[in-house]
Amino acid sequence: MLLKSSLSIATVCVGLLLSTSSAFAADSCATGKTLKDGVLTIATGNPSYFPWVLDNDPKAGKGFEAAVAYEVATRMGFDKDNVEWTTASFDASIQPGEKNFDFNLQQFSITEDREKVVDFSVPYYSAAMAVLTRKPIQEKGAKPELESLKGLLWGASSATTGVPMLNKLIKPDDKPLLYNDNNDVVAAMKANQIDAALFDLPTAMYLGAVVLDDGVVLGQFPADRSENPDQFGLLMTEGNPLKNCVDEALEAMKEDGTLASIEAEWLQQTTSVPLIK
Amino acid sequence: MSKLELINIHKSFGERKVCSGINLTVNDGEMVCLIGASGSGKSTLLRCMNLLEEIDEGEILLNGEDISLPGLDPQQIRQQIGIVFQSYNLFPHMNALENVMLAPRRTHKRSKDELRPEIEELFKRFGLADRMLNYPDQLSGGQQQRVAVIRALAMKPKIMLFDEITSALDPELVAEVLDVLRQLHREGMTMVLATHEMSFAKELADKVCFLDAGEILEEGPPEAIFSNPKQTRTQAFLKSVL
Amino acid sequence: MLTIRQAHAKRVKQRSITIAVISTIAAIALVYFLVPLAPGWPAVKKSFFNAEIFIKTFPTLLDAFMLDVMIFLWCAPLIAILGLIIALCRDVRSPALYPLRLFGAIYTDVLRGIPVVLIVYLIGFGVPGLGLSRPWNSPYIWGSLALILTYSAYVAEIFRSGIESVHSSQRAAAESLGLSPSDTMRFVVLPQAIRRVVPANMNMFIALQKDVALLSFIGPVEVLRQAGVYKSLYANFTPYVAAAVIFLIITIPATRFADHLMSKQQRERS
Repeated sequence: MLLKSSLSIATVCVGLLLSTSSAFAADSCATGKTLKDGVLTIATGNPSYFPWVLDNDPKAGKGFEAAVAYEVATRMGFDKDNVEWTTASFDASIQPGEKNFDFNLQQFSITEDREKVVDFSVPYYSAAMAVLTRKPIQEKGAKPELESLKGLLWGASSATTGVPMLNKLIKPDDKPLLYNDNNDVVAAMKANQIDAALFDLPTAMYLGAVVLDDGVVLGQFPADRSENPDQFGLLMTEGNPLKNCVDEALEAMKEDGTLASIEAEWLQQTTSVPLIK
Repeated sequence: MSKLELINIHKSFGERKVCSGINLTVNDGEMVCLIGASGSGKSTLLRCMNLLEEIDEGEILLNGEDISLPGLDPQQIRQQIGIVFQSYNLFPHMNALENVMLAPRRTHKRSKDELRPEIEELFKRFGLADRMLNYPDQLSGGQQQRVAVIRALAMKPKIMLFDEITSALDPELVAEVLDVLRQLHREGMTMVLATHEMSFAKELADKVCFLDAGEILEEGPPEAIFSNPKQTRTQAFLKSVL
Repeated sequence: MLTIRQAHAKRVKQRSITIAVISTIAAIALVYFLVPLAPGWPAVKKSFFNAEIFIKTFPTLLDAFMLDVMIFLWCAPLIAILGLIIALCRDVRSPALYPLRLFGAIYTDVLRGIPVVLIVYLIGFGVPGLGLSRPWNSPYIWGSLALILTYSAYVAEIFRSGIESVHSSQRAAAESLGLSPSDTMRFVVLPQAIRRVVPANMNMFIALQKDVALLSFIGPVEVLRQAGVYKSLYANFTPYVAAAVIFLIITIPATRFADHLMSKQQRERS
């Protein structure tokens, strides 16, 4: 009985999906609302980073954000050939004037202040903030406890929402140093100018495992500790008519578990990283 | 006792020969005047005498010692042979007193207080006691030139060289500077002057040398040169300036 | 009573003042009324000239600017000293010291030829990467050094031009008095040279005050970086405008002063 009913639900779902997708092609919620008719233009960073986009080549659809983007596009009625990629920085995305994308995804955190200037989709990922450090620092006694973190010399990329969190939650003894991008933060770690840096967890795990020889992800902040749990959203111009369409697609992906399976495919298991006390 | 002898001095700037075989003797207490058209080599000869220019050939004997030998310390020698230039060349960022005191302080290692009385005395001697604290741009050309003379004298040189020191002055200021030279001559200073002031040379020089194209064409007491020049070039030159 | 000529001169002067005032007002009015007519103006105003954000961020930015001032204050004297030393290296005449001269020339050529921000990056991350221990790997030290090296190359050239502008007759006069070459440089040439290049150096130091912000690339949170943090926080460029205003508060009077010195010097020389 149970088996039967779940099966039938699945059939209904598949049927629904099939019928709607054919309907989208004729009259999707995105029709006439994109930058170019019949084409969805998606922006990402230049370069874009592992594990969000693999090999800086979003077209391949590999990496978490690239995969999410294609899934969203498909659900909005665009097949793979009708998706175009471009690059746009955060600054270019928030400046007034015409934009060169329909939506932009590169780990943009949704915040109230940013919402005043641009539109975000519903979140597609909730990122815990994590502490990246190096083995020598850990060996000297750095522990995933606020009290221990306070005494470290901190760094972060200046554009992240981690900066206010650093100042309000960790309240380091020494003023943190801030950098243009993740690469510079890592350079400063290598030069031993900072002990630790704050990243979203997947980025921290990648940098710790691949870029730093002796990198360690010391711990992650439990969601309730972050002032606003970092949630990534697709960034659109304010008042973009596509927003509903994008949100619908994301909600559907969440409901049917697609988003979770994409996450499982591209983002590492993060449960092994200890929570910060 | 100071005696300066130039023996067979040669000097060229590249291809251009400015001194070709100059012989000249300046005896103690003598005033020797170098006359000649501009470009005849008077200034260069003076600059060679206190080693501002290096000679190519010849000897410069100061009291019998060759001061032109390479390897000698030119600073030592310059302290004994003073020179005053046509354009005064006072240091504009120092007042008259500082201009005069700088070299004795640095080279003789004497303190300001120690130097002050004798330097004040010099200023008094040349009628500039009330101008000691003025900066060069607050002085007239004649006053500046007199300070330049005092500056050179403060080093207590054995010989003084003067390179057309009145040429840049307005006519009414020439006399006060010439008076200084008269005074020095009276006091027995050994001097060599390059000058255009023919009447002054006639009046005071012990010896006049006419330079032409880097050579001393004619020399002798002023009466002989001015009233009875032997060379036609000397005659032509004197005719043009007198 | 004015003569006819005086009256005429007065009329001409009054008229030119009137015209200047009217045309200035007209130009300002034109900008004031025309720019808001541009279709994008409301958006630009919101993201660049947002009063609320300006007021909210200004005090912290001003505080961060103090770091710029401090960096400037410890760099400036070192730049002046090093610049002078390099200029003197380039002026040595003795053949035995030719290597110094060569060094001076290479130094100024290389350091003036590389963008400051590159030097800041290379030295700021590169040297500490050699394995220096704290506090000797501090970005403050090496970033400041990058500025000092670059700016001293420019300042050295300015000093050199000043040294060369002192007429050779001054050196001749000093040497004829028996002063040594070093005394001649120290007491006669340098005092005149340094005085002459004060305005040019003022301009260099105004440029330095701005370039201090480049240190933010290697970590220090000075005003430019703080503005950048606010920018990404509020998704708004107004903090940058506020930072620009802070810089102008310092640099405009300094620039005016340098220009004043420069024209005063020109008047004196003519």
